[in-house]
Amino acid sequence: MTDIMQNANPLPEEFKVKVLRQDGPGQNTYWEHHRVDYEQDMNVISVLQRIAAQSETIEGKSVAPVAWDCNCLEEVCGACTMVINGRTRQSCTALVDRLLEEDPEVIELQPMRKFPVLRDLVVDRSRLFRSLQKTKCWVPVDGYYDMGAGQRQSRPEQEEAYPLSQCMSCGCCLDACPQFTKVELERQDGESETAFQARKEAEYDKNFVGAHAISQVMLFNANPTGKNNANERVDALMKEGGIQVCGNAQNCVAVCPKEIPLTTSIARAGRATTVRAIKKWFDR
Amino acid sequence: MAKKRVMVVGGGLAGLAATMKLAELGVEVDLMSLTPVKRSHSVCAQGGINSCNDQTRQLGDSEWKHFDDTVYGGDFLQHQPPVKEMAYWAPKVIDLMDRLGVTFNRTQEGFIDRRRFGGTLYKRTAFSGATTGQQLLYALDEQVRRWESDGLVKKYEFWDFLEPILDENGVCRGCVAQDLVSMEIRSFPADAVVLATGGCGLIYGRSTMSMVCSGSAVSRCFQAGAKYGNGEFIQVHPTAIPGADKLRLMSESARGEGGRVWVPRTPQDARDPLSVPESERYYFLEERYPEYGNLVPRDIATREIFDICVNEGLSVEPGRQCVYLDLTHIDATELSRKLGGILEIYEKFQGVDPRFTPMKIFPAVHYSMGGLWADYERTAEGGLQLGSPQNQITNIPGLYAIGECDYQYHGGNRLGANSLLSCIFSGLIVAPGIHNMFSAESGGAAVELPSALFTGAQKKNQEVHDALLRRDAGNENPYLIHQQLGDVMTKAATVVRRNDQLESAVETANELHERAKKCSLSDTGNWTNQNVVFTKALLDMFPIAKTILKGALQRDECRGAHYKPDFARTSLTAQDAAGRQTQAEAWCDEFEKNNEKWLKSTIASWNGDQPEITYEDVDVSIIPPRPRLYGLAGAEVIEEVWNQRQSKKNELASGNGATTSAEEATATK
Ligand SMILES: Cc1cc2nc3c(=O)[nH]c(=O)nc-3n(C[C@H](O)[C@H](O)[C@H](O)COP(=O)(O)OP(=O)(O)OC[C@H]3O[C@@H](n4cnc5c(N)ncnc54)[C@H](O)[C@@H]3O)c2cc1C
Ligand code: SF4
Ligand code: SF4
Ligand code: FES
Repeated sequence: MTDIMQNANPLPEEFKVKVLRQDGPGQNTYWEHHRVDYEQDMNVISVLQRIAAQSETIEGKSVAPVAWDCNCLEEVCGACTMVINGRTRQSCTALVDRLLEEDPEVIELQPMRKFPVLRDLVVDRSRLFRSLQKTKCWVPVDGYYDMGAGQRQSRPEQEEAYPLSQCMSCGCCLDACPQFTKVELERQDGESETAFQARKEAEYDKNFVGAHAISQVMLFNANPTGKNNANERVDALMKEGGIQVCGNAQNCVAVCPKEIPLTTSIARAGRATTVRAIKKWFDR
Repeated sequence: MAKKRVMVVGGGLAGLAATMKLAELGVEVDLMSLTPVKRSHSVCAQGGINSCNDQTRQLGDSEWKHFDDTVYGGDFLQHQPPVKEMAYWAPKVIDLMDRLGVTFNRTQEGFIDRRRFGGTLYKRTAFSGATTGQQLLYALDEQVRRWESDGLVKKYEFWDFLEPILDENGVCRGCVAQDLVSMEIRSFPADAVVLATGGCGLIYGRSTMSMVCSGSAVSRCFQAGAKYGNGEFIQVHPTAIPGADKLRLMSESARGEGGRVWVPRTPQDARDPLSVPESERYYFLEERYPEYGNLVPRDIATREIFDICVNEGLSVEPGRQCVYLDLTHIDATELSRKLGGILEIYEKFQGVDPRFTPMKIFPAVHYSMGGLWADYERTAEGGLQLGSPQNQITNIPGLYAIGECDYQYHGGNRLGANSLLSCIFSGLIVAPGIHNMFSAESGGAAVELPSALFTGAQKKNQEVHDALLRRDAGNENPYLIHQQLGDVMTKAATVVRRNDQLESAVETANELHERAKKCSLSDTGNWTNQNVVFTKALLDMFPIAKTILKGALQRDECRGAHYKPDFARTSLTAQDAAGRQTQAEAWCDEFEKNNEKWLKSTIASWNGDQPEITYEDVDVSIIPPRPRLYGLAGAEVIEEVWNQRQSKKNELASGNGATTSAEEATATK
């Protein structure tokens, strides 16, 4: 099938791009169509760069460039995540040749679905970082003076931890999760910046933390020093919006670009919370 | 009395290290960044971080040798005390990162594994797969989040630093910045501002750097009066892959793990590389540099690749410069364990698995050795006075520079895996200095100063912004001007530099600058307007671009990454021993004479339209400069002559009872 398609469409001279735009939070969304000249080695980032330079739609209408987020351009920073041809992924590794194999006519770009849109393809993912704070995802060292080396770690331990530590907080796993729902708040008249921030954090904390933070908890609970406050992290996962919300749909693991074994982390975290609950019950 | 606070601009390795150390000392920090700090450019670093370690130590390595390799690699253009201190701290920095949970690769027995990097003969480099920068950055990000929870750190992510605020005495009292979402422009009073905003690769259009590496923040400080050092020293990395949007790095660690660079001896041999027999392959780095082989420093590897492609016509492909970087002789599982991250990048973007097919690689702009001029306080032993507020301070009181955006540590050429080290190190040492300055000063906090200073600065920037939005439509397009600037810079100021090309590049840069001032915006709104943010960054690229070009034009010599064939010392041509001896003597005379003239840092200041350049002596009091040959085949006699001269000098010196450091230095080679 792919072969026939490729023969039928050798190298296109141009292709269409369909972008779901939104001028600001709470505003209407609308589709906009652009035409881009085909070049070799293009990815969605270079497509968006061309669109910004042209700033004209297919109908010849002058428009403001599409807003989007990116930085590393090699899939390690997580910034450029969006929904491309229906799938949440990084736009820097979304190669035009592959996308045109899926659909030779048009490439479709939308913002992530579970995070509030700031503008066009830019979303507010502060909730993701808040969840790392809520679950205390750090190693509680005494300080930053020279105290000699850390504890020795075996190769298998490192090999288990390393994949989890590659999580770039992109949010694909959250965007795909049926239990993770959008939280979008608006700053009220007269509300101070700090008060709004506090209200947002409280609301985030009530809602599902998601696979991303659960997996990070497992990373820190396995660290030789991080272990020492493992219970605090497990407790955080047992609160409202914790692991019990997970319906085990396994969408998360399927979309993670870093192929992080999220369902393994979730299963382990589930066991840890059970053990903790029993222990707490006995300690009453 | 209000408490003094620090504004750290930039949340890469350097900015995060400074932030967490300041917080540990009880200092409150505002941390500002264009991107969420966890997405800073430092995540791109692949290969690793250097330190002398227990194993290399037993093979004869020492902190001193790490120091020596670093200054030799930098062609002696860096002040030696900060470099020495950094080398002696390196093992402690790695221990700290280990304690913070960095998932360094382990040996069978559970020790931190090491690999070799360029410009050294020792395996000093600790690594975490091929995503070391990401792992280091995350560890620091987590610590900063911990302080954020405790209320000592407040983050301003998606904010663009616009300008330092200087009071009537020229002291930095805070900064002006703009919210990238709401476009609000605000003044932030601060009692010290630490700039940690990384490199400026975007000036070259495409490079291995991330999209926010425009150098804009540094340029804004430069335009406000901060000095800029060694601008012309831009590192071109030998091994990258091309893309329409970015040149993606293939880390030096590929060669550190045994990767070999070669071309077929027959020009543009059309055969599958794997079927080219050994005897028909030209492993040019190994042949030319038998001692260091594929791990010569980057400037040398890049020039050799350039020479093979351009002068010898041996590029693997006819249309473009590229050579093979071959890993196929190494076990595939071992490769995945140690280099997984970069092999995936190659596979994702090139569609070819480098475990089984040699990669095609190209040189690409990668790193800026130059940056904001920064000071230090020297001890009698030639190290740094730790805790001194002079460390890392720019010429503007209260304004500090750390990480890739300072000019301190890497001289004419940076060694691989030394940057992550200098970033974390400079971040850790700037903090106690600022803390001590706060304790020593009796004056009040910036926030208590008359508010006119801050409202004035805010207003001025607001006016600039509003004027940009009001520009007439239909003028110059900022994206196209950026492309043209990138082309000019790449052509004139990368691997090989010629004065006629540099002269014409200066002219073009001036023209482009004028045109950029007339850019019109395609987005005139006041909400998440990336168009206006980019246009501002573009305008601010010019002062740095001009500084790079002018510095390169004026420096008529070859040093580290700055190579001008018209001023290269001629290689030895005589066939007979006596003739070669005479030529080597002459070569060394010329070397010494050239150092007298050019062993100086380029220091630029901005006069409102152009950079003005002066030169600064370099503190080379600890390790005397020596010819930088890396055991080049055929140049042994130069090293012999040089060493004889040095021992004579030392004899004389020890007769006078002078220091032993020069002896120690020659003993290391
Ligand atoms: C592909 C690649 C691989 C590398 N591999 C290695 C390696 O293996 N080993 C090694 O030692 N070195 C390596 N380097 C070099 C090293 O990664 C960098 O020099 C280092 O990470 C720079 O860190 P930094 O903290 O100075 O700045 P960065 O990490 O670049 O951070 C800069 C920060 O400043 C912020 N910022 C910038 N401008 C503004 C502004 N106007 N307003 C507000 N905030 C701003 C950014 O948002 C960011 O938070 C590599 C570099 C590249 C490109
Ligand atoms: S397994 Fe849990 S976290 Fe993953 S997608 Fe399903 S509900 Fe969400
Ligand atoms: S777990 Fe995977 S999908 Fe989820 S945030 Fe991390 S990298 Fe992204
Ligand atoms: S730009 Fe960093 S992941 Fe795509």
